[in-house]
Amino acid sequence: MIEALQNYWGPLGELISDYWRPFLYTDGVNVTGLAMTLWLLSASIAIGFAVSIPLSIARVSPKWWVRWPVQFYTYVFRGTPLYIQLLICYTGIYSLEGVRDQPLLNEFFRNAMNCTILAFALNTCAYTTEIFAGAIRSMAHGEIEAAKAYGLSGFKLYAYVIMPSVLRRSLPFYSNEVILMLHSTTVAFTATVPDILKVARDANSATYMTFESFGIAALLYLVVTFTLVGLFRLAERRWLAFLGPAR
Amino acid sequence: MLDHLLQSLGLSAFSLKGFGPLLLEGTWMTVKLSLLSLLVAVSLGLIGASAKLSSVAAFRVCAQIYTTLIRGVPDLVLMLLIFYSLQIWLTLFTDAMEWDYIEIDPFAAGVITLGFIYGAYFTETFRGAILAVPRGQQEAATAYGLSRGQRFRYVVFPQMMRYALPGIGNNWMVMLKATALVSIIGLADLVKAAQDAGKSTYQLFYFLVLAGLIYLLITSASNFVLRRLERRFNAGTREAIR
Repeated sequence: MIEALQNYWGPLGELISDYWRPFLYTDGVNVTGLAMTLWLLSASIAIGFAVSIPLSIARVSPKWWVRWPVQFYTYVFRGTPLYIQLLICYTGIYSLEGVRDQPLLNEFFRNAMNCTILAFALNTCAYTTEIFAGAIRSMAHGEIEAAKAYGLSGFKLYAYVIMPSVLRRSLPFYSNEVILMLHSTTVAFTATVPDILKVARDANSATYMTFESFGIAALLYLVVTFTLVGLFRLAERRWLAFLGPAR
Repeated sequence: MLDHLLQSLGLSAFSLKGFGPLLLEGTWMTVKLSLLSLLVAVSLGLIGASAKLSSVAAFRVCAQIYTTLIRGVPDLVLMLLIFYSLQIWLTLFTDAMEWDYIEIDPFAAGVITLGFIYGAYFTETFRGAILAVPRGQQEAATAYGLSRGQRFRYVVFPQMMRYALPGIGNNWMVMLKATALVSIIGLADLVKAAQDAGKSTYQLFYFLVLAGLIYLLITSASNFVLRRLERRFNAGTREAIR
């Protein structure tokens, strides 16, 4: 019994002592593992969020030539897999001669990290735009009429009345999107970005301990997911309390 | 065939260079894989939902662990974990039983893996939908003397589908897009075909965009079907806004 335990824990202990550092933050040279995953997530979420706000307003515009391009963008990016989008950004665009001839484009698309964050940001921005646009559409009529009666219009109407309410009410859907994005960052390793899954694959090919290597990665992702769920629950309690039952 | 279609559309500048059949095969693989996985996932979802709503505590706990763990871990990690481990476990088992080495068919493993992962998402969808059917309906069905199976088949299921359809549609879309990942575990799907064709013609960009367009076509078609289904299962309910 004890021998069996040692046989099992021995190699697993070795795997952990060899790979805990790359799994968490660095392989000695580059940022890897958890730190890289969190960086991918926050960078793409931040860009996606910032761009989706003007886009969501454009998405519900009464003018068709403003609405349609945004609708087309979200339709394309929500209708195709992120993996294909990443492949197009990373290998596809760089295979075009026109891109390689332009020094600036060449510099940008040669870097795997740039391509990955570009693809992720474009993808999450499309979903976020639809979430916010849906919330704008479901604004209470009276709220906007009241704001107009107070003389607010255009930028001020959006900045002081519509968007604060939209961002609050989107929170449950937005938290879902952030967690889906965390799960999507796993494709980054196909573009050689050293995230958690890349480290797990390296550990797997070095030790042949498949279940253990990917199991550690799964545990790490589980911890991040639960942390995010907890944080969003706190945020909802803070900003969505007015929608809950009276206390 | 695709080649001719493109040429007749005046897109002869971009020819498939004889890779049309490969792409079609890949597309068929993707469609087959998603449909079979859907079947597995829906069955697991129905089982999981009834376990979650069961009066036996052990079933509830098992189902809760299943949905929490699976939905908390990225699908690609689970895919690699299950796909590679399945083979190792099977080999350990056959060794222990002193049987011959059995190699798992990658396609079957892909279907099982995807079905197992998305079964957790379907469990949550079905659980919510079953709970949305008023309790009185079940009680009335019992009062009419229907058996357990009849109660589900004739009373709960048709009503539950109305609530479940939006969720089913959502899960289906997510799963369909997740099938793009199976090329990473070595299945010859649409993405793999596009990559192969692109690499050997040095037209990676066009082939990848084409693969994206095919996915867009499939998602649009499923959207259309889902909308029809929703109309069907919503028959007889009043809607405020049409």
